[in-house]
Amino acid sequence: MPDRTSRSTTDRMPVRKTYKLFIGGAFPRSESGRSYEVTDVKGRFLANAAHASRKDARDAVQAARKAFPGWSGATAYNRGQVLYRVAELLEGRRAQFAEDVRAGEGGSARAAAAAVDAAIDRWVWYAGWADKIASVTGSANPVAGPYFDFSVPEPTGVVAVLAPQQSSLLGLVSVVAPVIVSGNTCVVTSSSGRPLPAITLAEVLATSDVPGGVVNVLTGQLADTAPTLASHMDVNAVDLAGAAGDPELSTRLEVAAADNLKRVLRAPAAEPDWRAEPGMERMLRFLETKTVWHPIGV
Amino acid sequence: MVTTTAVPTLASGPGGLDLAGITASESSLRRFLHGLPGVDQVGAEARVATLSTRSIKTTAKAWAIDLAISMIDLTTLEGQDTPGKVRALCAKARRPDPADPTAPQVAAICVYPDLVEVAAAALAGSGVKVASVATSFPSGRAALPVKLADVRAGVAAGADEIDMVIDRGAFLSGHYLAVLDEIVAVKAACGDAHLKVILETGELSTYDNVRRASWLAILAGGDFIKTSTGKVAPAATLPVTLVMLEAVRDFRDATGRQVGVKPAGGIRTSKDAIRYLVVVNETAGDDWLDPDWFRIGASSLLNDLLMQRTKLTTGRYSGPDYFTLD
Amino acid sequence: MSPAGKKFEYAPAPESRAVVTLRSSYGLFIDGEFVDTADGRTFKTISPATEEVLAEVTEAGPTDVDRAVAAARRAYQRTWSKLPARERGKYLFRIARIIQERARELAVLESLDNGKPIRESRDVDIPLVAAHFFYYAGWADKLSYAGLGPDPRPLGVAGQVIPWNFPLLMLSWKIAPALACGNTVVLKPAETTPLTALLFAEICQQADLPPGVVNIITGAGDTGRALVEHGGIDKVAFTGSTEVGKMIARSTAGTAKKVTLELGGKAANILFDDAPVDQAVEGIVNGIFFNQGHVCCAGSRLLVQESVYDEVLVSLKRRLGTLRVGDPLDKNTDVGAINSAEQLARIRELSEVGEAEGAERWSPPCELPERGFWFAPTVFTGVTQAHRIAREEIFGPVLSVLTFRTPAEAVEKANNTPYGLSAGVWTDKGSRILWMADKLRAGVVWANTFNRFDPTSPFGGYKESGYGREGGRHGLEAYLDA
Repeated sequence: MPDRTSRSTTDRMPVRKTYKLFIGGAFPRSESGRSYEVTDVKGRFLANAAHASRKDARDAVQAARKAFPGWSGATAYNRGQVLYRVAELLEGRRAQFAEDVRAGEGGSARAAAAAVDAAIDRWVWYAGWADKIASVTGSANPVAGPYFDFSVPEPTGVVAVLAPQQSSLLGLVSVVAPVIVSGNTCVVTSSSGRPLPAITLAEVLATSDVPGGVVNVLTGQLADTAPTLASHMDVNAVDLAGAAGDPELSTRLEVAAADNLKRVLRAPAAEPDWRAEPGMERMLRFLETKTVWHPIGV
Repeated sequence: MVTTTAVPTLASGPGGLDLAGITASESSLRRFLHGLPGVDQVGAEARVATLSTRSIKTTAKAWAIDLAISMIDLTTLEGQDTPGKVRALCAKARRPDPADPTAPQVAAICVYPDLVEVAAAALAGSGVKVASVATSFPSGRAALPVKLADVRAGVAAGADEIDMVIDRGAFLSGHYLAVLDEIVAVKAACGDAHLKVILETGELSTYDNVRRASWLAILAGGDFIKTSTGKVAPAATLPVTLVMLEAVRDFRDATGRQVGVKPAGGIRTSKDAIRYLVVVNETAGDDWLDPDWFRIGASSLLNDLLMQRTKLTTGRYSGPDYFTLD
Repeated sequence: MSPAGKKFEYAPAPESRAVVTLRSSYGLFIDGEFVDTADGRTFKTISPATEEVLAEVTEAGPTDVDRAVAAARRAYQRTWSKLPARERGKYLFRIARIIQERARELAVLESLDNGKPIRESRDVDIPLVAAHFFYYAGWADKLSYAGLGPDPRPLGVAGQVIPWNFPLLMLSWKIAPALACGNTVVLKPAETTPLTALLFAEICQQADLPPGVVNIITGAGDTGRALVEHGGIDKVAFTGSTEVGKMIARSTAGTAKKVTLELGGKAANILFDDAPVDQAVEGIVNGIFFNQGHVCCAGSRLLVQESVYDEVLVSLKRRLGTLRVGDPLDKNTDVGAINSAEQLARIRELSEVGEAEGAERWSPPCELPERGFWFAPTVFTGVTQAHRIAREEIFGPVLSVLTFRTPAEAVEKANNTPYGLSAGVWTDKGSRILWMADKLRAGVVWANTFNRFDPTSPFGGYKESGYGREGGRHGLEAYLDA
């Protein structure tokens, strides 16, 4: 990134980073071969990011589906451990994230740092939910007959997550963590204009214990990938957070999602303040309830 | 000990059931009995609950009442039984409703062995059979020679049918071969008399056990399997009878040999009796709707059937004063 | 009409119709009163068993829908949302009691209008209806304990559209939780089974329920669409076909309406070689022939482990020979009438497809009545995953039998469907039950039983079987803004 290289005090040519997609645990370029310029708030060039295509979106869905049995089948304790480990790695990259956030979102260094801290804390908060969701949302049902009857939450499956456009890290973490903590896998479209924190997060995930394919990150334009994800018959749910403030797109995506009755978390009229307490809503939306009956007898 | 291989009924059946192989050893017998499909208690009870909602009215009811009467083993098994009591019961068996000669006879009289002679004399030529409990009824706690002597005495006195009890202690402790051998020995002692094997299901505790005991008794050559002595609660129940009917049905499918079923104890009303007949009808089917293949061990049931019968013919409800006590 | 036994013929045992008093025509129940339509028409509802006309009912037009929604909104704002929760609950308790008191009348009417056997309407449908109202009555003043936040709020006006297979039961699944949570409702029963909903309207009057809290508008698809798409409702609850469910999901896209959908299914009923076979056969029969197979969670695909295939088929066919098909009001009837000519045509069509695709068709000897809509219990063997009868919801008394070899194959086949409503597992091995229950992608898993329902037990689907749950604490979420 130019602003980083310009700070260089040696004659050494800095090694620039290539920003790629994150699919199935690997970092491919877009199969379209296209990239786009990412600029900072003042319009200065930051990097070229991969411009994900519809085909990339399909590949990402495939990767997410492949990862689903393993991730949803892991013990809740294990998922919690793996996600907490991600928070540890995030902590180690605070400076880089703060730089990414500030470059994209502007504002003070302190504000950027605060956003990063909040994002890490949010990740920790969700990681701790892994082995508690079932206790809070499951139930033993006192049916009027000789049956043992219980209900447990299960992950919905593959979730397409349109990450917020403004809050490039805290918003991103706030929509990704609640989806995967319960065992879903996801395809995330990053903020179109501020994709760098998403890619850095992908790098963290790649070096963490999160299995490849659990989180897949697409950068590029929402209009290119979101319709593919919303209409994809092997995607089970969609979080439209990233379409906030665009009711036309949001409605179009929701209509497309009806083709296989995806669970839809609608876009709000405007992007919310992600610093607010999240509550359980985003986890609950991507859970199914399974009820099991068995006779009681000898 | 009598060995199982000596018994002619234990031949290989047409359905490919290797009866000799099954009963060859304790372990082969256990493997077979424990390999039978389990019985889900809730499912079995739900099935009979549904069948119990069958509404049997008018012509169907009249037919069922007469069939039920003809299936009764009219029973007195009390320490206070006397020849006089037994003779009175025999009179009732021959002509259940003195006011109505169209009422059918019952199937049999069931008494203790020492009263068989009295019953046989009283029923001579009537077509009503004499059944005798034996094998140290009801507990069955006696040495095998004593039990066999009990059986022979009954048969010698004129019993057409012997109702034996299995050794529940041996069954519950897993000594299936001992139970089997004893039944085989009793069957041999019966000669021409039909053998009803009482499982005493109230002591077997689970339907899985009822199913295994049913097959055990059938494999040993029993002509009938019977639920209870009437001395242990619970006696006959619909789900137990359902499980036993499934056993005789499946055994006939496998071997071609038909075995009868007799619920006994606790069946007191016409409604109860008709429910049993519905379960027979919809489980084992037509072939068991016959006194040769299904019996009901009861005493007070008969008068209730007669009262219902009178109600159907006269249109008004009768009262106990209009029917003889025995 | 013909049970297997030839000796023991059950004489007809018809339940008396005298307990039901039908009016010759019914208006719409809006704002606490039966009113004539403003812009709709009338149509006749018939008994599917005899094609006899039972009554004339109203097909509500758009103006009627407006009126009903407006009445519900008024009742929500002026009365129902202001009422202490405890009082709301008491109305529901009162309704539950009246349903119990009028149970026989409701059961007979349900069987008349729907064609289902009186044994089922009497022993299953109506007792569950009362139980649902009792259950949710108790929730009304305990919502803050439901784990949905400290002060969950009602949504407002709910538009509810229900199917014809369990007319009053589906009404109770919709109205009881909606009212308990403080919403008011406009409900549209199915066009072929409007009568018990109209009787329920009378029960609301009898219970002195404030006018407008419950509004019942009868009609067909157009009426339902007008209700679902109405701008004045805050909530859509629909039970019915996946096809219509998708239309609703599209039409509510971009709105603020909360939507719950209970849709179709193609449940696998999986029988392992160690199953309690006699009960499993009962479960198979109950799974697909209960309510003529007009059940979204019906066990329409039987997956039998190959090692016991022959004996299970023998048992199953023998058992089907005892099914009594005929007069829904006869207390001994096991399988009643198909609900409509239209549904009968669909069942026939798919069955013919099954034969054409090479599956082997079998039905027990079965005399069907001449008038009315009837279809003999049918089993298809030699069915493969590729057959349409293994993939499409037939919604009738038609069972497709497939086989499997291993638990993994059973799971794979069971899950290989766009639906995910229910599944059945039959085995005596406890650990296998839990393994299967974990792997099956279905909202309800019945192990060693099938088609059990209870108001305390959440019910609803995965995937294209819809979203949201009805029943239990989970069922509250559909009617609350937490």
